Order: sequence, then structure tokens, then C-alpha cells
Amino acid sequence: MSELRTIAQRIALSVILLSFLSFANEAAAQDGKALFKANCAACHNIAKDATGPALKDVESRWPSKQLLVTWIKNWNKAVATGDAYAVKIKEWNPGVAMSVFENLSDKDVDAILAYIKTETDALNAAPTTVPGGPGGKTEESDNSLLYGVLTLILAVVSLIMLQVNANLRKLADDKDGVPAAEPIPFYRNKSYITLMTIVLFVIAGYFLSQWAIGMGRQKGYQPDQPIFYSHKVHAGTNQINCLYCHGGAYEGKHANIPSVNVCMNCHNNIKEYGGEKLYKEDGTEVNGTEELKKLFAAAGWDPAQNKYVGQGKPIEWVKIHNLPDHVYFNHSQHTKAGKVQCQTCHGEINKMDEVYQFSELSMGWCVNCHRESKVDFNDEKGGGNKFYSIYEKYHKEIKEKKRDSVTVSDIGGLECQKCHY
Amino acid sequence: MAKKKYWQSFTELNQTETHQKLAANEFREELPVVSGEGKGIENASASRRDFLKYLGFSTAAAMAAASCETPVKKAIPYLNKPQNLVPGVADYYATTYVSGGEAIPVVAKVRDGRPIKLEGNTLSTYSKGGTSARVQAAVLDLYDTARLRTPVSISGDASTALAIDAADKAILEGLKDAKVALVTPSISSPTTKLVIAEFLAKYPGSRHVQFDAVSYSSLLLANEASFGKKAIPSYHFENAKVIVSLSADFLGTWLSPVTFAKQYAAGRKFDQKNPELSLHVQFESALSLTGSNADKRYTHAPSAEGTVAAALLGAVSGTGATGVEGALKKGIEATAEALKAAAGKALVVSGSTDPNVQIIVNAINNAVGAYGTTINWAAPLQVAQGIDSEFETLVADLNSGAVNAVVIYGVNPAYEYYNAAGFAAALKKAKISVSLSERLDETASLCKYAVPSHHFLESWGDAEPKAGSYTLMQPTINPLFKTRQFQDSLLVWAGSANTYESLFKSTWTSKLGSADAYMKALQDGVVEAPATVAGAAFNGAGVAAAVSAVSGKKGGKYELVVYQKVSLGDGKQANNPWLQELPDPITKATWDNYAIVSPQFGKEVLKIDIADSRQADKYEVFMKKPVVKFTINKKEIELPVLIVPGVHAGTIAIAVGYGRTKAGKAGNEVGKNAYQFLTYSGSTVSWTVSDVAIAKTETWYEVAQTQTHSSYEGRHEVIKEVTLKDFKANPELIREERNAELKNYGGLDNYERDGSPYPLHDRPGIKWGMSIDLNSCIGCGACSVACTAENNIPVVGKSEVLRFHEMHWMRIDRYFSGNPYDADSVQTIYQPMLCQHCDNAPCENVCPVAATNHSSEGINQMTYNRCIGTRYCANNCPYKVRRFNWLDYTGADSFKDNQLTEGVGKLDPAVFQMNDDLTRMVLNPDVTVRSRGVIEKCSFCVQRTQEGKLKAKKEGRVLEDTDVKSACQQACPTDAIVFGNANNPESEISKVRKSNSQRYFAALEQIHVLPSVTYLAKVRNAEHIAGHAEHEGGAEHAEAKHEEKHA
Repeated sequence: MSELRTIAQRIALSVILLSFLSFANEAAAQDGKALFKANCAACHNIAKDATGPALKDVESRWPSKQLLVTWIKNWNKAVATGDAYAVKIKEWNPGVAMSVFENLSDKDVDAILAYIKTETDALNAAPTTVPGGPGGKTEESDNSLLYGVLTLILAVVSLIMLQVNANLRKLADDKDGVPAAEPIPFYRNKSYITLMTIVLFVIAGYFLSQWAIGMGRQKGYQPDQPIFYSHKVHAGTNQINCLYCHGGAYEGKHANIPSVNVCMNCHNNIKEYGGEKLYKEDGTEVNGTEELKKLFAAAGWDPAQNKYVGQGKPIEWVKIHNLPDHVYFNHSQHTKAGKVQCQTCHGEINKMDEVYQFSELSMGWCVNCHRESKVDFNDEKGGGNKFYSIYEKYHKEIKEKKRDSVTVSDIGGLECQKCHY
Repeated sequence: MAKKKYWQSFTELNQTETHQKLAANEFREELPVVSGEGKGIENASASRRDFLKYLGFSTAAAMAAASCETPVKKAIPYLNKPQNLVPGVADYYATTYVSGGEAIPVVAKVRDGRPIKLEGNTLSTYSKGGTSARVQAAVLDLYDTARLRTPVSISGDASTALAIDAADKAILEGLKDAKVALVTPSISSPTTKLVIAEFLAKYPGSRHVQFDAVSYSSLLLANEASFGKKAIPSYHFENAKVIVSLSADFLGTWLSPVTFAKQYAAGRKFDQKNPELSLHVQFESALSLTGSNADKRYTHAPSAEGTVAAALLGAVSGTGATGVEGALKKGIEATAEALKAAAGKALVVSGSTDPNVQIIVNAINNAVGAYGTTINWAAPLQVAQGIDSEFETLVADLNSGAVNAVVIYGVNPAYEYYNAAGFAAALKKAKISVSLSERLDETASLCKYAVPSHHFLESWGDAEPKAGSYTLMQPTINPLFKTRQFQDSLLVWAGSANTYESLFKSTWTSKLGSADAYMKALQDGVVEAPATVAGAAFNGAGVAAAVSAVSGKKGGKYELVVYQKVSLGDGKQANNPWLQELPDPITKATWDNYAIVSPQFGKEVLKIDIADSRQADKYEVFMKKPVVKFTINKKEIELPVLIVPGVHAGTIAIAVGYGRTKAGKAGNEVGKNAYQFLTYSGSTVSWTVSDVAIAKTETWYEVAQTQTHSSYEGRHEVIKEVTLKDFKANPELIREERNAELKNYGGLDNYERDGSPYPLHDRPGIKWGMSIDLNSCIGCGACSVACTAENNIPVVGKSEVLRFHEMHWMRIDRYFSGNPYDADSVQTIYQPMLCQHCDNAPCENVCPVAATNHSSEGINQMTYNRCIGTRYCANNCPYKVRRFNWLDYTGADSFKDNQLTEGVGKLDPAVFQMNDDLTRMVLNPDVTVRSRGVIEKCSFCVQRTQEGKLKAKKEGRVLEDTDVKSACQQACPTDAIVFGNANNPESEISKVRKSNSQRYFAALEQIHVLPSVTYLAKVRNAEHIAGHAEHEGGAEHAEAKHEEKHA
């Protein structure tokens, strides 16, 4: 392992160095990285063949860059030119045709190619590639223990003081000759009993209400799934965009778990797992290739014959994020209109082998975010979402510098019927 | 201006003591706490100690239930997700509602593969996006538990499931060499006609008989006599300045009411700058929905319909109104003058089942120049083509053996035919009988085989309700059961290799020229030829004979009119709980049919004088109504009677559509079958009976009426109306009236600021508002059903409506004014009433747990998960629009026992039908299903406002009117409801309020709750508003006393 790590660190170092060297390329490569992840990463890996061929040195393979750009935007047009290489590449994976990307501008494609070039250079510098190093954890400072200890010490001190006080009074009484009452042991002392009862009641009440509030909440819920599907491998290592599988998150209320045919888009080519070893949460090792066989069984696909042979059967995943029935939640409202990143609520899913519930999903959690999040309010330059142009009052206040931003709660994001109807 | 007087019930009219007592009570019943022995709370043996025991036990039980582990939930995605389908996002498909001959273009909202709501298709120039209560409710029929699920063979009461192949084999065997009669409702579908032709060709000597439960034979025959065409022209109510209806309920049930309502509303839209209105005169015997909307209304005995028509013809053609006298004569003369004055812009329609009357009406229309202007022969209506005599001949042929096989689709003669027993006996003689209907109804269960067809939402198809206006159907869901579309069955039995789908596709592709055009047509749902208008040459030869045939007809003292209710129509959708629970616009009764009688009948026969406080109390306060035995054509029937003002003194009216025996859980044994009272006159089936014998019985029967459930304690400023004449004289009339009400609180201009100590409200962004035009509202109830469908409103069943527990968020209040003993003087006004979303909402202040509060967008929010059910809010609501879930109507509770209401009566079977897993597929997944113990009410369709806002946000633009439409607004066939952002001066709602400022008012404005729902006053094209001035005597006295009490 340590050897691999060293290699990884070296790669990382060389990538950084290279990127410094190709300074002019940097901005383009940065855009290119995002574009590559969004559009290409689902099928293409730079270093190795996937659903599509490896993109290492792609530019040098093509007769002209212009033709390559044409291919990327609409491969049909490239084939139509009759170029021998384009025709050859068309047959690279007969099962799956490449998508059409007419929406990409020439500039976008250039950026993607620049990114591929940077990566290619990095790869050429170090022939083997193993991505990723261990991520550092930031310890959250938690003072509750300190406070607890302090409280305990103070409580003990005050008890001692009380006892001392009582003893002193007794001594004084003895001195004054006041007849002392029969000393009562503390467990029969009414003050002590009352105090203890109240303390117990408060503690029990606190825990009871915490337990009651937490009923049905499942933060950290990490069930075993029918197939060991690793988000880390897909979204982390292979950089597949979340929306490739969970496209619904941008369109409607459900993010949707992808149907089996979406998995098979890639996996009719990727038949075995050859990446880093996989481990379950309890430490047992997982054989990725065996897990893939479960997928093939569900799809009714025979990997040996490369065709669908059986009926297939949908996979019954265990639902992790459960909201009560009386809550209306719409993914697209948050992702598309609100521009919230998936990771904000789902955590660093690209580092999870087995997904767990990252957020509390309680109403308090929702409401806090609505209080703090700013909406994409229009600015004076005409940016922002035009929908909010009707909020004249806030525009006026911004102009008069009475406020600098508008939060979700300002436009009614805390009202009951935004989520309950 | 004299104070107007409105009343919803006779007790209110008289302001009886009981009425006042009831009005003062918020909830009309006793508290429903009942001991185990079923005694009232006062006599209950359960003591306080028992109560504590129960409390302790239930707390412990709740703890035990709650401490269970959180269940593991599964998320199961598709194996192969269909393209373009995103779970959680609704898709919309254009299709067609078909019931009998009626066809309305609709758009089905499909959510995760399930159609959950129908809207009118606005691309259609035929319906212009209108719907009716029945169209709105049709989506529930798809999930009806009573649908037949497989082909069956039937013998006696038993039916055995068959595989489709086995059924085909047996049926083909049976049809071999048979002379088949194919019985269907009116078929306007061009492709279905092709299928039928192919089927009939296979079996020589066979024929196709179109049978309409509600037939328009008289119209077809009269047109054949007058124009040589056995057809029905299309009508243009929008072009008519004067509309005269002789017993035709064209807004509710006649021919094509959805399209007529749209057209009619065009003439009722009021422009305050140019105050004009169409004039609508109604002559009828009972009070129909259309009659209740008329400007002038004259009543006559049912047997006099011919005389009235002849007199009108006489008056129009200048020979004078003969055979009539008194007010009726004057009315006919005045109407004739109006018709003549509006020649070329006048229209007369008649609902008569007598061809002679229809010939006379044709002559009147010809005389006033209706043909080519308000009546169009270029595009005939094809919704009704059945000729009564053809079915009569079929029954005779079955008896004689000339026809020996019957294939029935979509009609139910064993229930709908006047001689149902005769038909049943004749059907038995056929060697084979096959039903293709969706359910095992009265007729299907008499057949030997039933091969159920799809519901229209599962079918391919088309219809041509008006010549040149095609509307297409496409499946919106995979068939739920092992059913087969009836066209496919016919093709199989015709030995065709074609399927209906391929035939449909190829026919339309060749008709439209290309596959792309076909796809476009399917997407739009409608294909329309350019509209032309034409008259036709009128042949007046038969008019004189018709006049002499109808004149001089006399009836007995009591006569019967059989009619259709707006909710149920001919009864095909009788198993639809939404329709059963929709209150009738006039009687406000649910779940029943009954005999409608006049106040005179009440006085003479029942000894109930509704002007007498005590007797009115006895009749009105209790749900129990007296039962009368009617002897009609030697058939006896016992029915409860409802006294309705505006009904001709000697007229009794009974609705068809009830008394089904094989409709399903909800529809069976509801009311009694009135089809049995129809008679065959030799050419047509008549819907009136000229002599009825009556006998009062000692029994009483509970009718679940809703009108008096909620009361405003006499504050009738809720409605405002004015005559056209008065408005023209002083357009500021309504504003002056409002100013008078508000003058102590700042007057019109400063009312919002000065009317109460509340501060003015901050409204950043959006402020939702709704405007309802009382001039356009016809009271049809489509909004009410649309609201039920959109918002998962539970069905409570008759027993619960009887206990005042109905749940409709949108109710339509019906007010009468005038003298109940003078039918012609009675005027009706409808007011849709829903949560008014008050800015100073009285309900919000009293909630102890803040479960109801105000949003920054002006919505009065109801949060079910916070509500603890104190019902303080309902108590404090001045409009009485809050509904309480007294029981677990939806089956949503975790505790099953909440549905078992021992002690207070069990819930009706209809409620359990709605709780079935199949029926629940109709629920809107975006709206919480409420459980027991919470209040609910109109939410301004918050799920739609949220969705619309999100759509605009995602597209980064300002909210537009088209983004958000409330369910009631979208369903309304007369566009009476406008909804939108009132903060935006460019929105429809702002424009409507501004341009109608002289009619604008809010209900109970003077109490300063500042409603977000506002109304536009009704303008009546009548001489005066019936009300206080006409009705002297006891009632006035009572009112004076009443006011004193409240002062």
C-alpha cells in the first residue's frame, strides 16, 4: 500500500508541476475538467478503455483536430466525411453509439481537449495510475465534555461547601449551646430527595423527549444493499456525473434510482472489476466482479454471449433517505432553481463505498438551511433569476442598502405550505 | 334600493325559531361521543374513570405502536425505463371522453403511468376546453372496482371466467349463420363505423341499431319532416341575443351541454362600458339548471308543452297566442316580441320528446331567421342518432326470431329501456347474446357471454361529435384488466386480420396525408375542418298538422316529468361516488332520487304550508322527508318528496339514473328507477306522463341535502345582483350599496386601512387572488368535482352527509328569491363558495397550535400534521368552508379501528370502495391524504401554484398566468373563475377586477376579513330582482324580529 501511496503522491506532484508549467492552459483545463466530468466521464476514461476508448493522446490519433471536434459534437457528421479513422472508430464498440453533443461550442470542445491533454501529459510522465490519496479529516472541536467535567467539579465543590457550611453551623450551635437536632442522614433529608427527584426528572425528561423527537429519524442509516454498489468507484474514481444516473434530480421531485438499463449502458462492456480492493463497513472484502454478476442476473444479460438472454428483474434497493408522507420535497427546486450541490445534503457521496444518510433530514435541519441560504436574486447588472424581479420591495431595500441579500426565508421559505400540502 | 331577500330553505324564508337556533350552532349535531351501548353522552354509563382508563390505554397503545422499529422501505426502479418518462413528473396526453354518444375532447394528466385528472382540450373549437362534472369524474371510472376483469360466460346468476381465445371460439360458434343485431349508443366515430360495416358484412341479414338511453328521436324526425334530413343541426348560442328554451335543459343535460354552456356564457359576459346581455327565456314545468339561470321563466303543465309551442308560433307569425291565458299568455306574447325584434339573432330550442312540438319549434326558428345564423346545418351534431322505433322493431324481431343474435356495447337497455322486462324476455330468445360493455351491468348479466371492452382512457379511437370536428383517443395507461377494445372484438368476429389500432392508424395517416401529420393530430387530440355556417330550406307543410295534433292536450291534476340530473345524467356513471356525492344544483340533495313537487303540492297533499313557520320547520329541519305513493301508468312507486319553489303547481319530477341494481357497490340500490315511467307513443319514447295518482303514506325517508348545512346567520350580503335596467340607469349601484355597508368603517376608499385595528399586510412578490363572475356561473358543479379529483377529497357516503359531514372544499350555494307560491316569480342565484383566503383570517387567530396561518403569498395555509382537531377555526369561519375529518374516510390512518364506527353507524360501502387499492390509484401524489381528526379546506391548489412557480424559476423568468390555473378554474365550462397573481397589474385577475370595478364585491365585506376571493355581481336581464317587495306577510315580520335579535 505504502508503495502505491508514494506513486500516487508523485503523480499528484507531477500533475501540479505540469499544470504550473502549462499556465496558459490552466483556465481552459479547469473548464475542461468540469465539462469533461459532466459530458464525457460517464463513458470515457483518459487512461483506459471503458464504454468508449481511452482518450489518452486522442488528438494525435486523429488526422486533423477539426475532424475530431466534428466527431465530438456529432460523430455522424464525422463519419459522413468518409474519413477512414472515423469509420474505424465508429466500429469501436458496436453495441453502444456515442451521444451527440451539439450543445457544446467549439470553445467547450477545445477546453475539454486541453484538459485531456494535460491529463495525458501527466499520464505520460508516470505510466501507471492509481488515483486518490487518503483524505484528511478535520476534527471538530467539541466543548461539551469540558463543560460536563466543569459542571461535575462545581457540583462536587458546592456539595462539599454545603457540608462544610452545615458542619460549621453545627459547631457554632454547639458553641452557643443551642441544642442540636438529631442529624438526619442525607438520604432522608427532604431537601436532598427533592433535589434528586428534580434532577432525575429533568434528565429523564431530556432523554425521553430527545428519543421521541428522534423517532423515525435515521441519520447515519447505512443498510446493506442487494448489490454492493460503490459510489466511490463510480462518482469518485471514475468521475461519473451524478446526473448521468440521477437525472431526475434536475427535472422533478424524485432524483430517482437509475433503472437497470442505465447501468447496462456501461456495464455491457465493463464485465469485471479491476480497481482498488473494496471493503464493506465491517471490514469484509467484497469481490467486485461477483457483485457485477448480480447486476447481470438482474438485467438478464449473459456476459459470455454479450446479449440479453433472460427476462430480468428490477433490483430492490433499500431506500435510505425517507421523508414522512406529509412532506413535499422537490429535488429540482433545490438543484436547478436553488443551485444547491448534491453534496450539501448527501455528504461526500463520491467517497462513500456504501451510502449512508449524511444529513438529519429533520424539519429543523431544513428550516436552518432555508434561513441561511440566499436566493439567486437579480442584481443591478441584470444577473440572477428573473423570477425574483417581482419582489420590488426587496429590490428597493437592496438599492437603499438596507439589505445586501435575500434569503429563502425572506421569500416565504419558512411557511408551512411550502412543504406541507 | 329595497333590501333583497334570499333564502336557501323554507325555514330561513320564515325565519323560524328552529332555524335561528340551528344557525347559531356551529355544528348541527350532538357531539359524536357515544358509549359502547350506543346511548347518547348524557345517558352513557361510561364514567370519568372509564374515560381515564381509555386515555391511559390509548397512550400506552400509541407508545407501543410508536416504539416499533422503523420499517425498511424499498426503492425499486424500472428494469427498462421508458424514454421520456421521469418518475415524479406528469405527462399529458390528449384523448376523448366518451359516454353514450357524447364525446368531449380532453387532456389526461398521467403521473407515473396512471391517469389522475382530466382537463378540457383547449385546442378544440367544438368544446373550447370546457368540461362537465361527469367528464371530471370519468377518471375515477377507470379504477372502478366493479369493472369486469375478464371475459366471462354467464348462466343465470353465475359467471365463469374464460380465456379470451375460448370466449372467441364459443362466440364465433354461436354467431355462425346468425342474424345479428349490433346494439350500440350513437356512434360518431368514423373508424368504428368502418369496423361495424366489416362486422355486418360478415353476417348477412344483420343490422346495427343505435339505442340512446336519452333519445333525440323527436328532433331527428321533426327535422326529417321540416328539412328532409334525419339529423340535428349544430347550435350557436353565442350568436343569439334572445334565447328561448321550451323545457330544454341545454346547460345541464340537453344534447351537448358542455359546448352550449361555453357558447351561452359568451352572451352572458358583461362589459360595464357597454352593458348588454343576451335575453334568456325559459318555459318549463319543473325547475331545471337551465331554467334556474333564465332571465325570465314561465311555468306550465307538462301536457301543455305543445300548446305553449303553438301559441309562441302563433304570436311570432302574427296569428296570436291562442290556447293559453293569464301570465303565460302575456309571457308568450312578450317573448314573441323579443324574438321578432332580434330576428336573425334569436334561437328557440325544445326538449320535447314529441316530434310535432319539434316541428313547431322548427317553424318558429324559421320565422325568426335562426337558420344560417344561430342554427347551422353545415355541421350537424352527431351525438344523438338513435331512432326509438328502430329499437322497438328490434325487440319485436327478437320475439319473432327474425333476429337471433345480439351483440351489445355501451348501452344498458335492461335498465334504460322503458320496457326493460320486455327487452329482457326478448333477449332470452336469442340463441347467442354477447355484451361488450365494461361491466356486468343489468343487460350484460342477461347475456350469455361478456367480453369487456377497455375504458376510454385505455383505448384507441376517434369521434366526430360535430361534423368536421374530429377528436382522437389514445391509450393513457396499459389495460388494467384482461379486457379487449370492443372494436377489436368485432374485428376478430368479422374474421379480419386487422387490429383496430392498425386500422385507426392507417385510416388517419391516409386521411391526413403523412405519418407526421398523424402524430401531430394524435398529440393535439383534435382535427378540425374549417367552420362554415349554412341554413336549410324549410318545408312548412307539416306545421299545421303538428299544431292541430298538439293543441288542446289536457292532463290530470298531477302530471309527471322525467328528467336527467346534471350529476348522473342517464345513469351510466352511477357507480361513481364523486358524482353521487355531488349535490344537485337545485335540490342540493346527494345520493338519491326523489320526487320534486311544488309548494302547492306540499300544502294540499302533504299538509305542509311552507309559509307557516311550524310546518316549514317540520319539513325542513329534519332530514326525513314524507314519502308519497305515486301510481304512474299503473305502476306504483314510493318516493320521498322534496318541495322546490319554481315548480309548476301540478308537476312532479323524477330523475333517471338511479335505482341501478348491478352498477357496483356505490351505485346499487341508490334511489329508484324512473325509466319505467317512460311510454312509447308510437314513434318516440315520451318523457312526460299526463296523469299521476297520488297517495300520502305514513312513512318518512331521509334525503341527504347539503344546502342548509352551513349558515351565514342571515348575512345575505354574501351575494349581490342587479337588473340590467337598473345597472344602465345607475352603474354605480353596487358600489353605492357597498359604500353604505362600509361607511362606518372608512367607506369604500379607506376601508382596508380603517376597517379594523389590524395593520396593513406586506405583500412582497406574489399575492394570489381569485375572481368569480356570478353572471357566468351556471351552477353546474364541474368545479366541485374537479376540486375533489385534484385534492384527494374523500367521499363520505350518504350516512355521513346526513350527519352534515360532507367534505367538498368547493360548494355551490343556491339561493332562491321571490314568492314560493308563485312559481314564475322565483329567481335562483348560484354562488361558488370556497375558502376565501382572508388577509385578516378569523380562523388563524383562534388556532391554539398555529396549524392554520398566513403565507406571504396571501394563502391561508392549513397544515394537517400540526392540526389537533379543536375545530375552533371552523367555528370562527364566517363562510363555513372548513371541513373536519370526523372519521377516517380515506383509510389513511395507521389504526384500522378508526373506520369501524360502532355506535354512530358504519361508513357506507361507497367509502370502502374509494379505499380500495385499485381506486386509490386515482389519488394525486402531490397532495396529502388526510387522516381522521384534522380540518381541511381549499388550499388555492397550492400544489399547482408551487409547481407553476418552480417552472418559472427553472426557466428564469417572471411568473405568467398560464403557469398556474386552479382546478376549479380549469374545469369551469363558462370561464366564470379567474385565478392568478393579483400583485401583477398585467395578470388576468388584475385586469378582470379593474375592468369590472362596478360589479366587484367581496362576500361579507363589512366584517373586514379582506378575502382574496372576490365576486362580480350578477346582472339579470329581467324586470326586477325578486325579493322582499313581492313577498309580504309573515315572513317579513319574522325577518324584522330576526334582525332585532342580531342588532
